[in-house]
Amino acid sequence: MNKLLLNVSELTTYYKTRLNEKIYAVDRVTFALESGKIIGIAGESGCGKSTLALSLMGFYFPPLYYNSGSILINDIDIMKIKYASLRKLFLGKEIAYIPQSAMNALNPTKKIFKFIRDIMKGHDHKLPTSKIKDIAINRFRTLNLPERVLYSFPNELSGGMKQRVVIAISTILNPKILIADEPTSALDVSSQRIVLDLLKDLMNKNFVQSIIFITHELPILKSISTDIMIMYAGEIIEKGKVNDVIFDPIHPYSKALMGAIIVPEYGMKNQKLTAIQGTPPNLKNKLTGCRFAKRCKYVIPECTKTDIQDKYFKTRPYKCIFDYTKLKEINKYEK
Amino acid sequence: MKNNIVLSGNNIVKTFGFGTNAVTAVNHVDFSFREKEIISIVGESGSGKTTLANIMLGLLKNKKGTINFMGEPRNLKGHSRRKAYWKKVQAIFQDPFSSFNQFSRVEKILIDCLKLRGLKLTPAHTIDKLKEACNFVNLKFEEMQNKYPFELSGGQRQRLMIARIAMLKPKILIADEPTSMIDACSRATILEMLLKLRDENNMTIVFITHDLGLAYYVSDTIYIMEKGNIVEKGPAQEIILHPKCEYTKRLLADVPKLHNEIVS
Amino acid sequence: MKTNIIILLKSPKFIIGLLIIMIITGFILSYPIINKASPIEMVGMSFEEPSSKHILGTDNFGADVLLKLAYGTRTSVYIGLLAGIFATILGLIIGLFSGYLGGIIDNILNSLTNIFIVIPPIIVLILISVSLEKRSTLIIAIIIGVTSWPWTARAIRAQTSSLRHRDHVNIAKISGYTTPKIILFEILPYIASYVFMAFIIQTAAGILSEAAISMLGLAPENSITLGLMLNWALAFDAINVEAWWAFLPPTAIITFLTLSLYLMNAGMDEIFNPKIRS
Repeated sequence: MNKLLLNVSELTTYYKTRLNEKIYAVDRVTFALESGKIIGIAGESGCGKSTLALSLMGFYFPPLYYNSGSILINDIDIMKIKYASLRKLFLGKEIAYIPQSAMNALNPTKKIFKFIRDIMKGHDHKLPTSKIKDIAINRFRTLNLPERVLYSFPNELSGGMKQRVVIAISTILNPKILIADEPTSALDVSSQRIVLDLLKDLMNKNFVQSIIFITHELPILKSISTDIMIMYAGEIIEKGKVNDVIFDPIHPYSKALMGAIIVPEYGMKNQKLTAIQGTPPNLKNKLTGCRFAKRCKYVIPECTKTDIQDKYFKTRPYKCIFDYTKLKEINKYEK
Repeated sequence: MKNNIVLSGNNIVKTFGFGTNAVTAVNHVDFSFREKEIISIVGESGSGKTTLANIMLGLLKNKKGTINFMGEPRNLKGHSRRKAYWKKVQAIFQDPFSSFNQFSRVEKILIDCLKLRGLKLTPAHTIDKLKEACNFVNLKFEEMQNKYPFELSGGQRQRLMIARIAMLKPKILIADEPTSMIDACSRATILEMLLKLRDENNMTIVFITHDLGLAYYVSDTIYIMEKGNIVEKGPAQEIILHPKCEYTKRLLADVPKLHNEIVS
Repeated sequence: MKTNIIILLKSPKFIIGLLIIMIITGFILSYPIINKASPIEMVGMSFEEPSSKHILGTDNFGADVLLKLAYGTRTSVYIGLLAGIFATILGLIIGLFSGYLGGIIDNILNSLTNIFIVIPPIIVLILISVSLEKRSTLIIAIIIGVTSWPWTARAIRAQTSSLRHRDHVNIAKISGYTTPKIILFEILPYIASYVFMAFIIQTAAGILSEAAISMLGLAPENSITLGLMLNWALAFDAINVEAWWAFLPPTAIITFLTLSLYLMNAGMDEIFNPKIRS
């Protein structure tokens, strides 16, 4: 029943600095996305989450460059086709991307309907405007967005409304995959909730079939996603079902991340937050072995000797030199 | 000082604009903060919480109401009085990127603190002080010294802002959304540092935030603000676990949580 | 800063502008050294055609046009620069105070600026120039400067009032900085590049204004300016006698001077204005 929508394997992309150094911000990332899934990507800032999101579009512009790996959509490797056909056939229709603070990127001199018209005409220039209007009104109604918003200018809308409008606009062509980069981070609690509800609504009404949701706030992922990938220094170091990763993290880094969660729940007051000491490694340098080694409490000399391969606990992959049982043992001993 | 109250306000009103365009940002607000207390003022954007913070800080004038500082009416007339006040009352702002003057080296902001405290130090002594402050926030002074703000990450900048506070050792710190623009990990580090500062210097900290979880975790007292009014205030445990006001309940319901139990 | 200069030197607009300016400067500095004669000396008949002796011929007084051009450009640039400096300083001070202080002072200064904006500067220029007993180059420059500051003031006010609510200004305030210190160290560096660009524009406008009022016969006394050369050429019917060399060269210099300054400004705009940076 769950259709495979996106298959990414060994994707590596890099930034070129002004001094011509290469920074591998996404390093051999492999994952698959099936319909009905909302995958959350979590990690510190600078760990490559946003770059991964950008890289998945198959559309590269300086300073970001493609190195190797494949991105399969409908069994077609979008890295092997021309930009023109990628834009025409995939972007917006198969895969849509909402960049960080996209809501502030709306041209303030255009009414919202114009954005929708431009997108739809861009994919099918023969479509009459009256038809587009019908589609837009219909879509806004189904998503409980007020119709008047279509005739407003972006600066007449509140932050939360703008973000909802951006989401509605980018999914107007019913893309199978929606990539949302920090769509809630600049919003208030209640607007945040409304945006999350909108995303769920899009899934339920089948306007999109899967979502990749990027954030550093794990409680948000708990409330919306089905799966979580934890990224660190360009690599995916752990992947699993949302509850597994949040309540039973395997990798020491994931564990540390979970220790920094703050929620207004009973017991939070007496909990001690764990802060990870140090900073993520500089990706300019070639790194061997575990990239988290320098900041890891359980580090042993072997960690940095050879590259760590993915290990599995049941179906959950993780990148650590220790296996699941060993890690649990160390944990118990620590307590 | 009565009951250790360091800062209190009575009937504070602030309006912007004139006549029919006037907007009341802060509407008859009372507050009182004790020594060493941690307070959170929680509200959504547009609730007037930042305006209130700026009034407490003395950057904005309140239209009505009185403010008492250390048991006496606050007087901010004249530059020297304001300077003396800011020796005791300091702030950290939301955006670590705009908190720095991008044209001066980061050490300048720390050296200015020593000047504000009125310390006349030898250059060697100054360096010692700066090193001490940087150590406190886990930054290496030698690495920071000659950098410009754009070379630092958001977390590093915000930690430098804390180093500034560590040097000034104010009585009251007003932290306006200090963690809203940095990731969860740096947030934990920064909160830890602020709490340590509080313990070492008997500092009162006022958090201005929209994050109920943060408010619950750090504070003793929570004020909930809606459209310029304080709609509920009380001990953190009470407000978060047993909210009485509808608005607070709604806010709490909207926060994503880890466990799905309903807080009553 | 260093990288900005490198990017600037890669901008064709800026380079072309700079080149023209350098050629003109080279000319006005070097030609009077080669030709040591006085620019008002009669060296031939009036309106002599260009020849090997007088490369651009002579004017109505029989003076060498090329030499006069060198001295005239010198005065015009001098007046333009002075006017630019006056206008920029006035605009800067009024704009900074208006934008930074806000409130009632802002209202007063802003209304003043708006009043000056609606008065056509050329009329004020003419009226003041006519009513003056003595018109030295300095006074003409000051008059031009005084009538052209409002646009600078307005632009700087807008920039300043958006800067004054930034967090680093607040940090400076609670660090005990005085208002002049905040304006000097926290506001001015952010708008410095903008001010410099405004200065270039004001200089170009100053050169044009001088040409305009001199052509109308209100040139500074005892001097040669490009506008004055045009004025004499007109008065002695150079157009009807087809003495193109008497009026085309000064026109060309005015055009090239202002064009190059605008080009440089446009080149810098691309660097300093992130909105149009490619």
